Amino acid sequence: MLIFEQSSPGRRGSAQAPAELADVSAIPAGLRRTSRALLPEVSELQAVRHYTRLSQKNFSIDTQFYPLGSCTMKYNPRACNSLAMLPEFLHRHPLAPDSLSQGYLACMYDLQEMLKEVTGMKGVSLTPMAGAQGEFAGVAMIRAYHDARGDKARTEILVPDAAHGTNPATAVMCGFEVREIPTNDQGDVDLEALEAAIGPQTAGIMLTNPSTLGVFERRIKKIAEMVHAVGGLLYYDGANLNAILGKVRPGDMGFDVIHMNLHKTFSTPHGGGGPGSGAVGVSERLKPFMPIPIVAREGDKYRWLTEQDMPQSIGRLSAWMGNAGVLLRAYVYARMLGRDGMHRVGEYATLNANYLLAELKKAGFDLAYPGRRATHEFIVTVKRQAKEFGITATDVAKRLLDYGYHAPTIYFPLLVPECLLIEPTETEAKEDLDGFVRTMKKILAEGVENIQTLKDAPVTLPVRRLDEVRAAKKLDLAWRPEQEAGAA
Amino acid sequence: MPFIPHTQADVQDMLSAIGAQRIDDLFDEIPSELRAKGLDGIPVGASEMEVTRIMHARATRDGMPLNFIGAGAYEHHIPAAVWQITTRGEFYSAYTPYQAEASQGTLQVVYEYQSMITSLTGLDASNASMYDGASALSEAVLMAVRANRKSKSGRILVPRALHPFYRQVTHNIVKNQGIELVEVDYDRPGGHTPVEALAEYAGQDFAAVVIPQPNFFGVLEDVDQLTDWAHANNALAIAVVNPMALALLKPPGEWGETGADMACGEGQPLGVPLSSGGPYYGFLTCKMELVRQMPGRIVGRTLDIEGKPGFVLTLQAREQHIRRSKATSNICTNQGLAVTASTIYMSIMGADGLERVAAASHANTRKLVDKLTAIDGVEALFSRPAFHESVIRFDRPVADVVRGLADRNIVAGYELGRYYPELDGALLVCATETKTEGDLDSYADSLRQVLG
Repeated sequence: MLIFEQSSPGRRGSAQAPAELADVSAIPAGLRRTSRALLPEVSELQAVRHYTRLSQKNFSIDTQFYPLGSCTMKYNPRACNSLAMLPEFLHRHPLAPDSLSQGYLACMYDLQEMLKEVTGMKGVSLTPMAGAQGEFAGVAMIRAYHDARGDKARTEILVPDAAHGTNPATAVMCGFEVREIPTNDQGDVDLEALEAAIGPQTAGIMLTNPSTLGVFERRIKKIAEMVHAVGGLLYYDGANLNAILGKVRPGDMGFDVIHMNLHKTFSTPHGGGGPGSGAVGVSERLKPFMPIPIVAREGDKYRWLTEQDMPQSIGRLSAWMGNAGVLLRAYVYARMLGRDGMHRVGEYATLNANYLLAELKKAGFDLAYPGRRATHEFIVTVKRQAKEFGITATDVAKRLLDYGYHAPTIYFPLLVPECLLIEPTETEAKEDLDGFVRTMKKILAEGVENIQTLKDAPVTLPVRRLDEVRAAKKLDLAWRPEQEAGAA
Repeated sequence: MPFIPHTQADVQDMLSAIGAQRIDDLFDEIPSELRAKGLDGIPVGASEMEVTRIMHARATRDGMPLNFIGAGAYEHHIPAAVWQITTRGEFYSAYTPYQAEASQGTLQVVYEYQSMITSLTGLDASNASMYDGASALSEAVLMAVRANRKSKSGRILVPRALHPFYRQVTHNIVKNQGIELVEVDYDRPGGHTPVEALAEYAGQDFAAVVIPQPNFFGVLEDVDQLTDWAHANNALAIAVVNPMALALLKPPGEWGETGADMACGEGQPLGVPLSSGGPYYGFLTCKMELVRQMPGRIVGRTLDIEGKPGFVLTLQAREQHIRRSKATSNICTNQGLAVTASTIYMSIMGADGLERVAAASHANTRKLVDKLTAIDGVEALFSRPAFHESVIRFDRPVADVVRGLADRNIVAGYELGRYYPELDGALLVCATETKTEGDLDSYADSLRQVLG
């Protein structure tokens, strides 16, 4: 039931608004609203009950194992939330004077410094509000760098075909043409194709390492040399930083610019689809171009650097200073982990993934890259089972939901047919991984015995499989009175 | 080990299942010269108790000054229920609802949000939100350039009375696609953007005209005339609005003869705390004929195989994970948690509650300006009616005044001189419903002392 369907004219949460309706006669009548917006008219209890019940219709990390590949669904420590929501932090206006913001600025400065160290980069800006905006900042800096050198011929960004869709979309937003580089059968970048693609038109290459195929790009040094030799720069998509946190630093691999998904690696919550945070790190030569604002320390005082301090900056990408509350959560997490804890993130994420890989292989599942080590994630393909029994990746995913597991990422990367991209993260215990393996085995057996069991799934959730074609054809995007569900 | 549950026995069992001796062996594909040495620049780990001490000390240092800045981020009372429910683990620690059947909570919240925000703005369709108000405007501009088939120029008419950060962000996001923002000056002493100021551009090719309501100075624009001017000149009309103001003001969908084509803005006033500027969310709504040009996630209501209503992400063929380089935008998240808070906020407040908050904020700012301009050496700058912000000027350097008030724990307002040189010395002030008569007096008394 929708909140609107619980409405009763005249009802409201009266403790929550001013008791009187103040005089607004100074606002000309012609500029005023003549009818009220269709907002619910419910009591506070009705609203609390409705949204509490809705929350219970979600799978989440706090309630289920959530091995969603490429998304790093690890535990979000509760202290990060409560300390970021201290009343003083919530109360602070983004434009409050620096003299009344030293505590907050100190946290941001410390976070910048820690991120520099753990990635091996020379400068960090925290302002990008999501991974995709971090990508935008990175590619815009590459463009600004070439432009500042008067090098106008660089029109192309290279992107491996295994990359996230955001990479090519970002390159286009920054005014570049995209050239795709194929991947070889081991999951590595095809170096011959790369050699043929690079040249004076190459602005840079966007790489994820470990790649979206769940393997480490072993010849990264060679790739860096090749691209740098023709004057291009290397962009590191930090989507998979969790795999190597504390073990390998993108700066040491030769990357010029990186973005970090703090909502993955630094465990800030995913919030049902955001907010994220896509902080960027740069090498020495890109430092002047970083997005503003950035926190500087001068003696024992902190202040914001703006366009006056950094005239070559690609400028502001958000109205304020990025997703400040997310950054505070990441800061608390980083302080609790410390240098030892950061090493352990990469180690135990990798241990869990390799264990799960080994056990699923024993349980009869095929691996997309059987000769390779898993990084923090790996790909299972049910191509063989699809052919023999009609068991698709969707069927496995939907049946997992029935058994109380969130499904892995399916049908991504696009290169591997009928794939499930599985990322357990370091915060899951062995018992939970074992339970997942038993369930996967059971689902396979169910499918072999009677495929309909899987096709019918899920059967234990609030709804059965939903009609997506109908949703796109008969668009129903907003409730209006007297309207039948799905019949707009 | 913080947040890692493995016992020694677990590690041994797992390694032997893998067939490895040590965890380090699992990194044997990584060339040894690339292995990180130490992370000496990072402090050693601290316990939750230790970090709690640090954070409390830093928070206390910043304190809770009496805040009179608005300038695009507004302090409103947020019912306790809003964030208690929003931070329930089921909302807080879920991800993008790709598995719709296991995400009906998040999906229904977004559908309800889309219903509320389209009604507030008087338009047909909404996405699940953008990063913030400035990013929503950037995306609205890109949408307009794609959608306006009559325009070839990629030029957008933007008032200087629009938030300077919105103008900067939009320029930074769209400039590499050959899109140009052309700025129109505001009227003095009105503080608004008169339609006559657009006359010199009549007949030229613009993809869209951006119309703020209220504008950055808090001043109300003649939105009907501006919208009609845009349409008469084959440009789309993009409204940039404060959603709280829409409890009182005419919704963009009703502006002029046929309504604005798109509306966007900062969702923060609806239940999201100031929190140093984020996370907020940007809302973006449009007429139905533009929905396929809309970036970001959109939730639709449909039926399951048994005919029961349910919710899914829809129109995904616009998005980067399918269209890659031809997508409507690279944005692949929304600010889900902030949208959840806003939806709960709007449900608890209702249209009546929002109207009371908006009216009280309007009345409080008027009272504040009256109290401040009663002081010698303080004057109000603009003559046109405002929503809940106003510009005042002092007879001496504003920085000294602001510093003096900060020493008295009052955040006085936003100094306009930096981005409006002609307004050097002017201060943008705001008093929402959160300010009592005593707070307003306290500002006036402190100002008297500072001006001495």
